[in-house]
Amino acid sequence: MLILEQVKNKLGDKVIDIKIDTPRRVYLALRPKDIREATRVLFKVLGFRFITATGIDTPKGFEILYHFSYDRAGMILSVKVLIEDRKEARIDSIATLFPGAEWIEREMWEMLGIDFTGHPNMKRLLLDEDWPEGKFPLRHEHES
Amino acid sequence: MSHKVVLPIGPYHPLQEEPEFFRLYVEGERVVDIDIVIGYMHRGIEKLSESKHYDQSAFAVERICGICSNSHPFAYVLAVENIIKLEVPERALYIRAIIAELERLHSHLLWLGLAGHFIGYNTVWMWAWKYREPVLDIFEFITGNRQHYGMMKIGGVRRDIEDKDIPQIRKMIDGLKPALDMFKGAVMDDPVIKARLKGVGILTRQQVIDWCVVGPTARASGVNIDVRRDEPYAVYDKVNWNVIVENDGDIFCKAVVRILEMYESVSIIRQCLDKMPKGEFDANWKDVPPGEGIGRVEAPRGECFHYVRSDGTNQPIRHKIRAPSYMNVASDKVGAVGYTISDATLTLAAVDPCYCCTERTTVINKPDNKKIMNGWDLVKLSQEKTVRLRKEMKLDE
Amino acid sequence: MDFKTRVLTKSLFVFHAACSPCNNCDIEILDVLTPRYDAERLGITLVGSVRHADVLLVTGVPTRKTAVRIKKLYEQAPKPCLVIAVGGCACGRIMFRESYMSPCALDELLPVDAYIPGCPPKPEAILAGVVKLIKKLRGEG
Repeated sequence: MLILEQVKNKLGDKVIDIKIDTPRRVYLALRPKDIREATRVLFKVLGFRFITATGIDTPKGFEILYHFSYDRAGMILSVKVLIEDRKEARIDSIATLFPGAEWIEREMWEMLGIDFTGHPNMKRLLLDEDWPEGKFPLRHEHES
Repeated sequence: MSHKVVLPIGPYHPLQEEPEFFRLYVEGERVVDIDIVIGYMHRGIEKLSESKHYDQSAFAVERICGICSNSHPFAYVLAVENIIKLEVPERALYIRAIIAELERLHSHLLWLGLAGHFIGYNTVWMWAWKYREPVLDIFEFITGNRQHYGMMKIGGVRRDIEDKDIPQIRKMIDGLKPALDMFKGAVMDDPVIKARLKGVGILTRQQVIDWCVVGPTARASGVNIDVRRDEPYAVYDKVNWNVIVENDGDIFCKAVVRILEMYESVSIIRQCLDKMPKGEFDANWKDVPPGEGIGRVEAPRGECFHYVRSDGTNQPIRHKIRAPSYMNVASDKVGAVGYTISDATLTLAAVDPCYCCTERTTVINKPDNKKIMNGWDLVKLSQEKTVRLRKEMKLDE
Repeated sequence: MDFKTRVLTKSLFVFHAACSPCNNCDIEILDVLTPRYDAERLGITLVGSVRHADVLLVTGVPTRKTAVRIKKLYEQAPKPCLVIAVGGCACGRIMFRESYMSPCALDELLPVDAYIPGCPPKPEAILAGVVKLIKKLRGEG
């Protein structure tokens, strides 16, 4: 598929792994440090649309999937990064590239405790002000 | 020197110290900034989903939003079917499309009514909601409920549309067309509505892209995206229909897109009723294998996205939900600024957020940080502007 | 029945107070005002300020963000003020009772006079519930 070839060309060895689940569901694994540049390529250069990001607490660390849509081909490309350091979970903010990512990074910060370096407006989005610090609802250790 | 004014908007007491959903900062008559404080609807559904079986989650996610109550389960079951790689029987695909388009009809009619109310044309409100009732009646006899229909199931649909009910559905759909003609004429030909909505609440094409806006809000600004065409699901690639795109990005275009989409919905439903084959409406499946899946549909407000990760047990280990309004409401940060307070309610309502969200608005005077108006006051301001315009145009003489 | 209650039940000023609803109940409440159901013929009108309210129609489940405000709202309403819980969420939280965002049920915060269950309750059910309450207040059983 043409667009996938372009992505592979432009991202080069930033791509650690690629999984083509179906022609319209592709998952790329990248290192956390490459996320800002990869997002710039996908969003600004190749014209992907940012859908949202999913943060997951896994035994290996925090996984974030950044979901991008290439509407012309009806394909969703999900860029996966793994943040292994749970104590100081940190990654570059992509909200510096376009404002559509601001809210979801705020949400992932308050739900999982991941810091997004360079975020223009990091404050709570969904949780109330009285919600205790240091407690992150989507972490598995947090009981409902 | 300009004097910034805060207009508190909210059905709650003006002296109460609490963050409202929308906080508009004004200077004189102009909105200069907006704070959007969401989270009032946050009920922890993603976390709840992790403790439910796959079947139960379909019901749980219906309750995210009452108006798009079909879109969320639809996107969710598509996500799980993406993991299982399950093929859904053809009859079920047709039924899914019919339900989805009926939902679009009821949602757009609802929006039209609210917009009419905010403009001050309460007859538009009453008529739009009156024509919405037959759509809800159809839902009731197909599914048993006016809202929260519980139709989507992993593998198909929960109930069949029986042949004996089809004439009634056709009758209702046919009855809707003259009403749509009336609304189209009322909106597109009315000089006051044009004066109120044209050039107001503009989102440029670039802003739509930068804020990742979806749905009719995006299509009104010339961004031609629609999940039904871009990644066809159900039977959208088997029936003929058009994606409606307008280019000026103002509220008028947003209204036109929604009205014309209703005609397309009527056409899609008719074609589905004609083409729907007999057969099963539900596929058997046993387990959800380990894996991940993504499902998305074009809800009335835009792309509704669900991601599900499975570890092979009967409960998802992660269920991510992204409603279309999440992106669209955020764009109010640029879309609502620069317009007058009389236009504020309409501008906020134009992206079609939750009804309750538009209620909770506060207007703040920037210089002295005083709250001066609440949501009901803003609606009144908007309605008063219409009265003024009608006087200026000498329409009521 | 005392004079106050008798006057109250002749013409009810209803204030719609939403906690964290999914909007379905709210839309059905508004539907009650539309021509098909037409609550205004029964003297029921929606008001914009809690200061004018005789009845609070509460929808949605109280969450951490909305529990405090719904309580404050009730305190500001002039008494006597009736509280009607509309919808499953307001009646008993249904599936949200396990949520980290929901501290308690509505009737642990406010005295509820009537429960109208349903998800959402149909406009007929909402009307029936309000009428039942009026009758009860008038001692008509």
